[in-house]
Amino acid sequence: MNIRTIAIAAMMSTTMLVGAAHAEKVLRWTSQGDALTLDPMGQNEGPTNSMNGQIYEPLVNRDRDMVLEPGLAESWKPLGATGWEFKLRKGVKFHDGADFNAEDVAFSIARAQAQSSDFKEQVKSIKEVKIIDDHTVQFLTDGPNPILPNEITNLYMMDKGWSEKHNVTVPQEFEAGEETYAVRNTNGTGPFVVDQRLPDELTVLVKNPNWWGAANAEHNIDKIEYRPIKNAATRVAALLSGEVDFVLDPPLQDLKRIDSTAELKTVTVNQIRTIFFGMDQGVAELRNSDVKGKNPFQDKRVRQAFYQALDVAAIQRVVMEGLSFPAGIITSPGVHGFTKELDARRPFDPAAAKGLLADAGYPNGFTIQLDCPNNRYNNDEKICQAAVAMLAKIGVTVKLDAIPKSQHFPKIKNRVSDFYMLGWGVPTLDSHYVFSYLLHSKGSWNGTGFANARVDELTDTFAVETDLAKRDKMIAEAWSIVKDEIVYLPIHHQVIGWGMSTKLDLPITPNDSPQFRWAKLQ
Amino acid sequence: MITYIARRMLQALVVMAAVSFISFSLFNYVGDPVDNMVGQEATLEDRQRIREVLGLEDPFFVQYARFMQNALQGEFGLSYRTKRSVTEMIAERIPATLELVFVSALIALGLGIPLGVFTGINRTSWISKAVLTVSLVGVSLPTFIIGISLIYIFAVNMGVLPSSGRAGTVALGGWKTSLLTVDGWRSILLPALTLSLFQVTMILRLVRAEMLEIMRTDFIKFARARGLPENRINYNHALKNTLVPVITIIGLNIGGLIAFSLITETVFQWPGTGLMFIQAVDFVDVPIMAAYLCFVALIFVTINLVVDILYFVIDPRLRAEGGH
Repeated sequence: MNIRTIAIAAMMSTTMLVGAAHAEKVLRWTSQGDALTLDPMGQNEGPTNSMNGQIYEPLVNRDRDMVLEPGLAESWKPLGATGWEFKLRKGVKFHDGADFNAEDVAFSIARAQAQSSDFKEQVKSIKEVKIIDDHTVQFLTDGPNPILPNEITNLYMMDKGWSEKHNVTVPQEFEAGEETYAVRNTNGTGPFVVDQRLPDELTVLVKNPNWWGAANAEHNIDKIEYRPIKNAATRVAALLSGEVDFVLDPPLQDLKRIDSTAELKTVTVNQIRTIFFGMDQGVAELRNSDVKGKNPFQDKRVRQAFYQALDVAAIQRVVMEGLSFPAGIITSPGVHGFTKELDARRPFDPAAAKGLLADAGYPNGFTIQLDCPNNRYNNDEKICQAAVAMLAKIGVTVKLDAIPKSQHFPKIKNRVSDFYMLGWGVPTLDSHYVFSYLLHSKGSWNGTGFANARVDELTDTFAVETDLAKRDKMIAEAWSIVKDEIVYLPIHHQVIGWGMSTKLDLPITPNDSPQFRWAKLQ
Repeated sequence: MITYIARRMLQALVVMAAVSFISFSLFNYVGDPVDNMVGQEATLEDRQRIREVLGLEDPFFVQYARFMQNALQGEFGLSYRTKRSVTEMIAERIPATLELVFVSALIALGLGIPLGVFTGINRTSWISKAVLTVSLVGVSLPTFIIGISLIYIFAVNMGVLPSSGRAGTVALGGWKTSLLTVDGWRSILLPALTLSLFQVTMILRLVRAEMLEIMRTDFIKFARARGLPENRINYNHALKNTLVPVITIIGLNIGGLIAFSLITETVFQWPGTGLMFIQAVDFVDVPIMAAYLCFVALIFVTINLVVDILYFVIDPRLRAEGGH
């Protein structure tokens, strides 16, 4: 009997004593970064939305396959071109006991539209919230908005009375001198209630016995303890030593190690995030290139040469150790508008690529700079290094500038990058999100200078087209133009891997947001 | 004496001003905080509005003047990341860092001095040679590796200590301590050991060198000639005389330990100021970074000031110069 068995035996006996007394199911988990605020409209960011989504609830939720399902609204229907009507669930109570009704919906939408809200974009099409009765509301929109329900799945409902009482009718303003009540205190309708909140240290949630879904609850969790652990190796160690039951973001290279441990398992799924390179086709001359007086990226042959020089299968095999799905377009399976045909790639063919470059007038290649983040995506810098080597084989000399994300992203938005890596997630799960930000000539993240009148027109039209069959055709046409023009160089769809105890059953979702309302602990 | 101290304090102020100026000017190169403060859907107008509200559009000197004006009143604003008061956040996290430094200093002294004395006296024993060789690990391995190795040995393989975090805290007034509970000690042990290894090696080698030096001096020979017991010579006479430089070095190192517990705190998710600083750097949380750097500068300046004053008290030559 070694020290470890003694320790485990000691631990087990204490757990069993506690277990006999309460039989309480405590789920302990960790991830890199804590929620930034518990104010549901303060910050539109993955971990924050995910934490707040255990406490608060939206009108429309997503099931484990990312399909819309009723949340606080039991049903919804479009009102032709003028808006949407939502029937609210009856008998829902906030954690403090107040009733949830149409007033709260109107209030929450208004709060999301406040200047200091980070969810303004999601509700900007809503021009008025009309209360029909206590459990019916109409969102009247500024023109038709076919995807309104998709846009509000992270928009959580707050209680009007509570917010007024605590003076948090708007999210915190940046110029405010002190933190507001809603940053650390909550009053949601969700399956879990905040018991203790020490930002960056410990957050304890307990089961909400009065949850409207409690009778049919899938989960059997009494208590959730969340402790962020910034360092990846320490996170994995906490899982291996049994101190936590679930790690949201183990490093991909550690998945095998976790899997090979008897009491642990891993689950993976493709993420709603595609990694790609952008090429500035808009400027007359590239900023960091030896080609002067013209922009090589304006020639489609050059873009195609780059495309065919990239061996994404090798990137998948060597850099990602198999944990990625090579991509043919810049959006992922699960997003409306994605098809397998679109996702097929042109063949990897360095010889053809070299020929294309020569045809375009660069038989000896040219030099260019690739801007790359080094702390944002899985293996981001390594992917860029691989691309540098692959492009060198067709004579293009690439200087790599791999820097932290907080310096990388401004380069794209300020339009000072010639050639850059970007990854794009789609919270609405609709192609419109990709087109309006990345492909529309006025898209705020379109760093390519790509401006195609037809794509702009289609993007603007399918934003408001309520005839879904017609809309789908437009989306398909827009994608085929973009794919044919080679606006971006798609690399792959990222993979999410979660590590957990074999005692835990928690379905993985492509949006990387654990839903503990589905968690079962043995 | 008073003019000497006044002059030292004036110099300290100049150092503080310089540190704040240099650190503040570096923030222009760490990236755009607004990117992290809003979701990717935020419009350009919205970003612009936030930049204006935060005063990021003002010229550098205007921003710096505003920062200094607030800082002098002890006001560092709200963290961009957590939207909480920076002063409050630092105050909350200082106990964790100070306790970690305190325990690691205890370990460093508790291991370093006896081992230094032992290796100094028994120069040729194989135990001394082994200790000296092993102690090299303390200086040559990066803190990160030491920390992770300790976690794997004690938390993952043996399962006897927690791998990270600070458990078992008890509030004593405004001070949250983890030194009063078994859980607290269990969680502080590994990070404190990691942080102390470098210091152990340094103190061990320093004490050993001093011991070797002192054992050759005349008063030790006289003590031997008088027939005093070995232990008394070693610990009462020799050790006492080695301690002056050791204490100076330790004093100066405490500042370093507080400032550079960054890596140890990150590896062990120890909720101190170092971890907070690393998180702030990732997020471009300028108010936290600025306040933290000023805080560290203040610690260094204070410790140096105290050391200077101590020298003044100890060393009569300085007093003579002061009298000119």
